[in-house]
Amino acid sequence: MNVYAKEFNESARRYTADLRHRELIQKALAGYYAKRDEFKNRFQSWPGARDLAAEIKWEAINHLDRYLDEFVSKLEARGTKVFWAPGAQEARDYIVGVARQHQVRAIIKSKSMTAEEIHLNDALEKAGFEVVESDLGEYIVQLREEPPYHLVFPAMHLTRQQISDLFHDKLGSEPTNNPEDLTMAARRVLRRKYCKADMGISGANFAIAETGMISITENEGNARLTTSLPKIHVALVGIEKVLPRLSDLALFLPMLATAGAGQSITCYNTLYGGPRQPGEPDGPEEFHVVLLDNRRTEILADAEQRDALHCIRCGACLNVCPIFKNIGGHSYGTTYQGPIGSVITPHLRGLQDWKHLSQASSLCGACTETCPVKINLHHHLLHNRRNAVRAQPARLEKLIQSAFVLMMRRPKLYQFAARMGRLAQPLQPLVRGTILDPLRAWTKTRSFPPLAQKSFRELWRERKAS
Amino acid sequence: MQISLFIPCFVDQFYPQVGMSIVQVLERLGHTVDYPETQTCCGQPPFNAGYWDEARAVAERQMTVFRDAKTVVIASGSCGAMVKVFYPELFHHHPREAEARALAAKTFEFSDFLVNKLGVLEVGARFPGRATFHDGCHGLRESGSKKPPRQLLQRVQGLELVEMSEAETCCGFGGTFAVKFPMISTAMGEVKCASIADTGADYVISNDSSCLMQIRGVLDRQGKSIKTLHLAEVLAQT
Repeated sequence: MNVYAKEFNESARRYTADLRHRELIQKALAGYYAKRDEFKNRFQSWPGARDLAAEIKWEAINHLDRYLDEFVSKLEARGTKVFWAPGAQEARDYIVGVARQHQVRAIIKSKSMTAEEIHLNDALEKAGFEVVESDLGEYIVQLREEPPYHLVFPAMHLTRQQISDLFHDKLGSEPTNNPEDLTMAARRVLRRKYCKADMGISGANFAIAETGMISITENEGNARLTTSLPKIHVALVGIEKVLPRLSDLALFLPMLATAGAGQSITCYNTLYGGPRQPGEPDGPEEFHVVLLDNRRTEILADAEQRDALHCIRCGACLNVCPIFKNIGGHSYGTTYQGPIGSVITPHLRGLQDWKHLSQASSLCGACTETCPVKINLHHHLLHNRRNAVRAQPARLEKLIQSAFVLMMRRPKLYQFAARMGRLAQPLQPLVRGTILDPLRAWTKTRSFPPLAQKSFRELWRERKAS
Repeated sequence: MQISLFIPCFVDQFYPQVGMSIVQVLERLGHTVDYPETQTCCGQPPFNAGYWDEARAVAERQMTVFRDAKTVVIASGSCGAMVKVFYPELFHHHPREAEARALAAKTFEFSDFLVNKLGVLEVGARFPGRATFHDGCHGLRESGSKKPPRQLLQRVQGLELVEMSEAETCCGFGGTFAVKFPMISTAMGEVKCASIADTGADYVISNDSSCLMQIRGVLDRQGKSIKTLHLAEVLAQT
């Protein structure tokens, strides 16, 4: 077992034993479910909207070359500097380079999972720049020096009390249980950071090819300040974020808000089309768009799993995933948690290192059922398992599977094995729960049924004889 | 109608009464049932573990066994989904693809068969008690079969059916997942069982014995006396 799998198991063991955590997450999600369903019902047809969204993303992803070219040429026409980053290193180097070139003193950043993916903050801090997260949830986990717990709700695992203690500790604010007061405490600090920052970094929710604009959707207004107050704005955009037309947002913005947060639409929806143009009173002097591949093209090359690039990072699959709800977001050890993370991380970071995430699933399919862009998530977990075995089967498991096949292809052998099992069965209580118990992984926490005295086959034969 | 039974290996060995109940119900409705005795397993364990060559080898055997069957009724939503949904994928671009598709097309999970193939909702069953129904994920999401078991249970005399809040939440079984990640599987089972207990039901019914094995396993350790029953066992009672 590799180190990532080991860490995953240890963390999963810890979290599943933590009943307080389970209750906290269940409570946090109960409100989401109710709101999500309420706003789903406001669509003329939610299933129809899903079909259409999947179709639009299919079109965009299957013609990614064309749409990216269109997106970039429109952006450049208005003076945006575009950098194509093949990998994380190139993206980090470029952004650090921009900061150095402009002798940036302070950086403010709005929420971006893509930035998490390339560990951008680490790189900037190592290069000597201060980076402050301006999204409240992200700011909280940044103060705690931990990664986001959930790709949409980064601080979902924390109680108000914990946040109050944190702010008291780090910001010197008065302890309070009132969410508004907590928000104000962060806001007082963040407002000063916006004014001081000379570079703002954002992600993008969508990249509109038709108009050469990025779309950012948010609830706090922090992304607007992050992108418009500093004199430089850098947007880090995964190449899969492309939508063909501006009008596609009419579907995708409410869909993302509904699936992601149980809202009809988020409070602030902004399009960014370039740096400040002549005659415009505000906006950044420079606008950089960093287009990140970072092995997304490997998913693109895999026709079977290409639809994983449809993902709009709404997090809906996490919210319904019984695995996520029991092991929590930090157990995954990945940028992208939950089912979508289990599907794409093996592509982004290596199948053999991350195949355990695809195995740690009951394949219940709640993720696929809820995905607004209809990614075949749980079947892709099966595909990852198959691909991992194909590339490198585990010796013992391969042996067990071969024995299983041998038995199941020979009915007489199967029946003989069952009879042996029945004979050996009375011995099981002697070893139950010990290292000798072949069923230990099951019987440690659950009772195991006895083999029936007579199999169906035997009952059937008796019935036929009489 | 001439019906061939597919009794999955673990039903054969652990829950033979489920198979016998299916025989009873189908015969009561006037159908002829046969059981090809050389059948074994649908191949789901190697398939889910990623060993598709091995799964194919097991599946091929069942394809041969049921080649001449007119209609196949299978006693599990999960193994039913294996045959109906995953055999075609497993044999995609394989010489026996057409045969895999043919078996998929003529195979029905028990409740789906009664309601959607035969159009039968009332099977003349009587079973007094308060029960809640657990949707096996494969039956629910791969086969989209939420209604049939409920339609059948609603017409069982004396049975009061109450929905649990987490009816569609996975019980945590998931085949080898249950032993590869026992801590996660058990936690999921606990969430499920808490929801079952909240209904105050005396019985939890499902059309998947594998889910019931998991639910029973957790309930036993919790010292709860709620009984687990397969849908067929309820429908067989008169």
